[in-house]
Amino acid sequence: MTAMKRRGRLPWLAPGVLVGSLAPAVAIVMRARSGGLGANPIAEALNELGLVALVLLIASLALTPLRTVFEWGWPIRIRRLVGLLAFFYAALHVSVYAGLDQAFDWRAIAADVSKRKFIFVGFAAFTLLIPLAVTSTNASVRRMGYVKWSRLHTLVYPAALLAVIHFVWRVKKDIREPMVYGLILGTLLLVRSHSPFAIDARTDQAVEWLSPRHCAPASRLTSRVFQIS
Amino acid sequence: MYRRRREFLKDSLLFTATSLGVGGGLLSLVKGRRSDQPSSEPPDASRLDFATGSTYDTREAKTPYRDVTSYNNFYEFGVDKDEPAARSRGFQSRPWTLAIDGEVSQAMTVDVDQLTRWFPLEERVYRMRCVEAWSMVIPWIGFPLGDLLKRVEPTSRARYVAFTTLYDPQRMPGQAAHVLDWPYVEGLRLDEAMHPLAILAVGLYGRWLPSQNGAPLRLVVPWKYGFKGIKSIVKIRLTAEQPPSTWSVAGPSEYGFYANVNPAVDHPRWSQGTERRIGELRRRPTLPFNGYADQVAGLYAGMDLRRFF
Repeated sequence: MTAMKRRGRLPWLAPGVLVGSLAPAVAIVMRARSGGLGANPIAEALNELGLVALVLLIASLALTPLRTVFEWGWPIRIRRLVGLLAFFYAALHVSVYAGLDQAFDWRAIAADVSKRKFIFVGFAAFTLLIPLAVTSTNASVRRMGYVKWSRLHTLVYPAALLAVIHFVWRVKKDIREPMVYGLILGTLLLVRSHSPFAIDARTDQAVEWLSPRHCAPASRLTSRVFQIS
Repeated sequence: MYRRRREFLKDSLLFTATSLGVGGGLLSLVKGRRSDQPSSEPPDASRLDFATGSTYDTREAKTPYRDVTSYNNFYEFGVDKDEPAARSRGFQSRPWTLAIDGEVSQAMTVDVDQLTRWFPLEERVYRMRCVEAWSMVIPWIGFPLGDLLKRVEPTSRARYVAFTTLYDPQRMPGQAAHVLDWPYVEGLRLDEAMHPLAILAVGLYGRWLPSQNGAPLRLVVPWKYGFKGIKSIVKIRLTAEQPPSTWSVAGPSEYGFYANVNPAVDHPRWSQGTERRIGELRRRPTLPFNGYADQVAGLYAGMDLRRFF
């Protein structure tokens, strides 16, 4: 294997992102044990897990524009990983809410979800992420076909929007922090709307990340895209 | 072999840098605002003289001093719960004068230390229910608000009591941001203010009030949501008309003038039916008037508490 090829593979990138992204979860567990989460540890853990989920979700959305604007190759290699990490934190967030905050009182949870709009939109955001996490495998892309698959995965945009609304409606008054994420998301949507999926379908690179060495070669997948579209 | 070792070393370095960068970035986003923990014991200095064993005391376990003084809503020092303790450290609450005017015969400006000489201090162990559905049990030191109001002799036109917090962005850095309409104002109906449960607190846990809890003088009305307990008061005015209150101006559909603790009237965005007592894992049911219904429900006889929330 030549040095160039190794460089192109960036073997350190995904493991580095994975380990770094798990740091907040480890920190929360450690601080929960030491009392470092403060007077209301459940609320603190809930807030922190939700924030990390939102940050990672928006980060996963920023990766595609990073590629299209700067023509970098690396962002696409970690897009699925970052998306799954966002789902992981969202699932922890929901679990702490249902299990620790509400003590699995399903009636109270059902009432919360149906009556409170901020919990409803948060729940909706999480629900939208479930099919995306389930179909995140290469096999799913092949089974569904790239066009159908990518159409399904545009659900990530309404999910992120709902997550930001969940954050805005949750705070009592000071919406400066959630609005920062709203602005970033708005910018990403703007960039996206000016460079739509045309780019994904046009270049081989677009689907390269979906077809690592051990799966179908990129070219085969690409030709399939064009057959369908 | 040599080249592969160099590659391995380089990849390891890049892996470490990536994980540290991503991990550090996320951690700083999440807890960049957190400050060091305050002490778990009240300071030994500044012990107050006060009577104990009030008939209004609750026997429930007191919330630890550390939690009472580190988990605060006091937007004048920042909107996060740990900011008031961290950002009020140098706050000077002496000298401090309180102005009382409006519909009174004896308008006055009085030093806060004079108040504690006029009125004997007593301990009141009260439940405190925040509108955000958490609660504490706090041993306040103070005197009945009614005693002060009697001293200034309300006129026959006086029907409400309006309170104002200090406005000084130099000393209260949170006021630099327009999160709320500064200064913070609150109000009570005169009969609510005269109720013996309503006190002006100057201390807690046997000591003078820490700045983050509203030094040197704050209102405590235990049957109402915590935000009615206006802090660092500089002015009390008796009025004929209902005065504005900061949160009911900021969110009229969510926060009312009365703000009585009521599990039957939900906040539009969350349930008020249960609460988490700080330090407990399970939620507990919220009681009407925060458990003080026997004492205060009569004040609201005939009123539609869904409308006057």
